[in-house]
Amino acid sequence: MITRRHLLGTAGAGAALTVSGLRFSSAETAGAMLTPGVPEGVASYATMATLPGKKPLIELSDRPPNYETPLEYLRTPITPNDEFFVRYHLADIPEIKAENYKIAVGGDGANGQAEITLDDLKKMPAVEVVAVNQCSGNRRGLSKPHVQGVEWGYGAMGCARWKGARLKDILDKVGLKKEAIEIGMDGADGPVVDKTPDFIKSIPVWKALDPNTIVAYEMNGQPLPHLNGFPARVVVPGWTGAYWIKHVTRIDALTKPQGGFWMNPAYRIPLGKFPIRDRFITQETDTNTPITEIVVNSLVTSHREGAKVKAGKVTVSGLAWDGGYGIRTVDVSTDGGKTWSSATLGQDLGPYAFRTWSFEITAKKGKNSVMVNATNNIGQTQTAALIFNPAGYHNNVIQNLTLVA
Amino acid sequence: MRIFVAAITAALIGVPAAVNAEQVIKLKAGSGADKVEANCQPCHSLSYIPMNSFLNAAGWDATVTKMIKAFGAPIDDADAKAIADYLKKNYGT
Repeated sequence: MITRRHLLGTAGAGAALTVSGLRFSSAETAGAMLTPGVPEGVASYATMATLPGKKPLIELSDRPPNYETPLEYLRTPITPNDEFFVRYHLADIPEIKAENYKIAVGGDGANGQAEITLDDLKKMPAVEVVAVNQCSGNRRGLSKPHVQGVEWGYGAMGCARWKGARLKDILDKVGLKKEAIEIGMDGADGPVVDKTPDFIKSIPVWKALDPNTIVAYEMNGQPLPHLNGFPARVVVPGWTGAYWIKHVTRIDALTKPQGGFWMNPAYRIPLGKFPIRDRFITQETDTNTPITEIVVNSLVTSHREGAKVKAGKVTVSGLAWDGGYGIRTVDVSTDGGKTWSSATLGQDLGPYAFRTWSFEITAKKGKNSVMVNATNNIGQTQTAALIFNPAGYHNNVIQNLTLVA
Repeated sequence: MRIFVAAITAALIGVPAAVNAEQVIKLKAGSGADKVEANCQPCHSLSYIPMNSFLNAAGWDATVTKMIKAFGAPIDDADAKAIADYLKKNYGT
């Protein structure tokens, strides 16, 4: 049964367009915003589009809404709310009024049940954490060979200062049984067709009780934008965005592993291929495991591939981040990886945040190679060659950018 | 006014401005295009088709099967075949 209750996540934008009577066709300009290497088909249709309250983002799909942040917006450790990417699996996205919002807390692994309003959340001890929200599929479009899915370039990520109540404090309201192994989470967004699996995710109890894991009602000092999870979303610092349930309406303590399409087969990585520390043991199989923490990574954001520069001193800068250990060094090579020098790191906003970095190169006439490799505080580095996996996750291949003087 | 401000802001940092309407994807003309529009569009915009046009015949077959089996799309066998054939012919490699 197709309900089409909320046909368009972007209905507001459509309405605004009608009123203004303006229309932009910006396919060519969107093409210039795409990350080199994404499938050619993306350039055939993608445009820059402006959602309500957002700046122009790369529109990969409008239903469900998937909008990528252009490289130029990723030059600061904090990504402003109106530049933050948007990612949904399911197209039925209700607008929730703050006064009607409730989270039902319970589950078979809880001693009791509770209903928590937005006011209740705000009365609980408030915690702030600066954390990168990166889609598991960020850079999927760069997989070789290409793999099916939303073909993201570099910009399915952002970093914000999130404020909210600890998930632990919320769970304390119902009390966990000793048999509880996972915390399941569901948001208000749902499928268009009743038979499509609802987007429900779980995290291990240990991660749910981490003092940095919160239910956030503020993003960079403002209420969350509608398409970033208003009124409140789960923030799981260090872990990929799949677990950061938007418009969270149910939180359940579970004594059995959470089932459903979005836990398995979705969001899985092959066992043993990635240097992952955070295990999700109750969900592991003989061959795969849920994606967990973000792998250490970096990105040049001062220049695009092939950018023209003047010969001489050129400052190259960008971002580095990881799954919560923090960035130790960012090393740059201008001789194809033979020698490396450390970049200057910018402000430290905590181990889960983007860390800015900059490095001065001396550009010679012609082509200049700039390679960047971040190392985190436990010594993990980026990979030289792509670690292929069927969903295109965890692409942290060392960038090799060409600047032309 | 908001559009104007957005355009200026975007121009300052070099990102082009645009205003959102419903995303319009014009599918290639061909047998089965009507089935694709009728069956795929209710749940998701057609942009997913050109976005994934690197898929080969097996990839498109698997995708149509996934939409029906995993996502519960109410598509009968005849339409499913017409859709897969259209995608393989027009957006396959």
